[in-house]
Amino acid sequence: MRVETKRKLDTVFSFFLFFISSITILVTVGIVYVLVVDAVRFFLHPEGGGFPTSLIRFFTETEWTPTFAIKKIGIAPLLAGTFLIAGIAMLVAVPLGILVAVYLSEYASPKVRETVKPILDFLEAVPTVVYGYFALLFVTPLLQKILTPLGLTVEGMNALSPGIVIGLMILPYTASMVEDALRGVPQYLREASYALGASKLRTAFFVVVPAARSGIIAAYLLGASRAIGETMVVAIAAGMYPQLTLNPLEPVQTITGYIVQVALGDLPFGSFEYLSIFAAGLALFIITLVFNSLAVYVKSKVVGY
Amino acid sequence: MEPRELRLREELTNFNVDFYATGVKVKDAIFKLLGAIVVFLVVTFLFAIAIDLLIDGWSRIIDPKFYTSYPSRFPEEAGILSAWVGTIYVMAGAIFWSLLLGIPTGIYLEEYGGKGKIARIIEANISNLAAVPSIIYGLLALGVFVYRFRFGESILTAGLTLGLLMLPVVVVATRESIRRIPNSIREAAYALGATRWETLLHHILPYSAGGILTGVIIAASRAIGETAPLITIGALTFIAFLPPAPWEDFIGMLKSPFTVLPIQMFNWVSRPQEEFHTNAAAAGFVLLVVALLMNSIAFYLRYKIRKRYVW
Repeated sequence: MRVETKRKLDTVFSFFLFFISSITILVTVGIVYVLVVDAVRFFLHPEGGGFPTSLIRFFTETEWTPTFAIKKIGIAPLLAGTFLIAGIAMLVAVPLGILVAVYLSEYASPKVRETVKPILDFLEAVPTVVYGYFALLFVTPLLQKILTPLGLTVEGMNALSPGIVIGLMILPYTASMVEDALRGVPQYLREASYALGASKLRTAFFVVVPAARSGIIAAYLLGASRAIGETMVVAIAAGMYPQLTLNPLEPVQTITGYIVQVALGDLPFGSFEYLSIFAAGLALFIITLVFNSLAVYVKSKVVGY
Repeated sequence: MEPRELRLREELTNFNVDFYATGVKVKDAIFKLLGAIVVFLVVTFLFAIAIDLLIDGWSRIIDPKFYTSYPSRFPEEAGILSAWVGTIYVMAGAIFWSLLLGIPTGIYLEEYGGKGKIARIIEANISNLAAVPSIIYGLLALGVFVYRFRFGESILTAGLTLGLLMLPVVVVATRESIRRIPNSIREAAYALGATRWETLLHHILPYSAGGILTGVIIAASRAIGETAPLITIGALTFIAFLPPAPWEDFIGMLKSPFTVLPIQMFNWVSRPQEEFHTNAAAAGFVLLVVALLMNSIAFYLRYKIRKRYVW
């Protein structure tokens, strides 16, 4: 091959690579385009009252029934359901995550760590629909067995069971990231603490954890974002009834659960119901984007040692 | 003296260093035990799920007809034939698209992009895509692939959607395995007169192939259980036929309606009859075993590669 041909091929090749990588930007553009355009069409739709009435109703009404004959389009019940379940999940994932991470990074022998870490990876590969099955047919009956004697009624569909299961689901993911943050703390900080007579436990929680705080917070923000966007567990075990409640024993519906419910039916393209899942999806996208961006921001503020 | 000061003095004189040190040690030991117990519980959680599915679905897992029957109204006759065949077709498409887009993007970012502005945008974009909830990909697929591109509720759409979902993992795997190759290899190739693309195709890619493969398998093991994005594009649950074989009618296969294992399982879980829950457990067990098997292969590959290439 002549040198000129080779050179030309080199240019062609690098252009090809550049072209393909630019396509990946189109994915984000496509997501934003389709969510924004169809959400705008939702707010302009006469069945929602048209702009700007629909937008006001979206934020002020307390019921969400775009698929009913009488259409209420307040996002609040879906937000309440979403944050209730994500909140329960974080109540499970935060304390357990820090416990697992501190144990693995500060206490466990390298051998234990090398065995446990791949199993945490394995847990991430468990399909979410399997977690949903587990929530509906294992955790909920268990909760009913425990809480009913205490005089509490646990509905067959409730927020508590999927919340707990999602917490356990994101635990490996967050614990793994928290552990990375803890291991990033330089050894001399620990040694200085030991030299002052501090115990291992005190060193872990008063020196290592505070030093790794930006990484830990970022890990939990990403975990929360996952819990908010989790779909199958809530679609299976939380119910299909959007209501403005903070009672974890009652059925609730999340944004993701609503999208699944509507998508399961037959959707005429451009109908009010069809457009409503894009409006809900846009809300979900913005919420998770805020959490993800916060995580990136917090992580960029790494404490200097 | 003030009572508070008195109390302090008394505490100090009674202070027993040995007792204090023992207390600290006990606390340390308690925490260590607690940590070990929790880690043990988290690890057994995986086995708990697997065993729960195995027990619930046992009667169908051991039934060979379960794997060779179409879905049915009668739970004891229903099977996962169309589901697992659909899963294979969809995953083949997903792997194809994720490789087609993921490897060039990884190479570009690692070898060509440098610290340029565009490369930084592409990089931020990829890490952002990794954190987008999967159901949003489903909305993208519904709004763009199904209705605007008119691909229909087909295997093509499903493969493309899951391929995009896998993309960030494949890009990161490509970049990491390329980064591990020392510069001396590149310089040796350049010194012998090879151009950039020759170096890439003859040296960089073959050396990083194992690492990329590992990443693809891990990404695929996550995508195979994805349910939400396929529900939004209208994956059907009652499919009593198989898509045409790709060597007979390739376009027909791409355009064929489909179902996949997780969708079939979701459908069975959502039914009130308990007999269907047995089917759901069996399908879930199959899905779990496949996903874990793929993960184990990736784990083994990674281990092998680490041993093989020592620069």
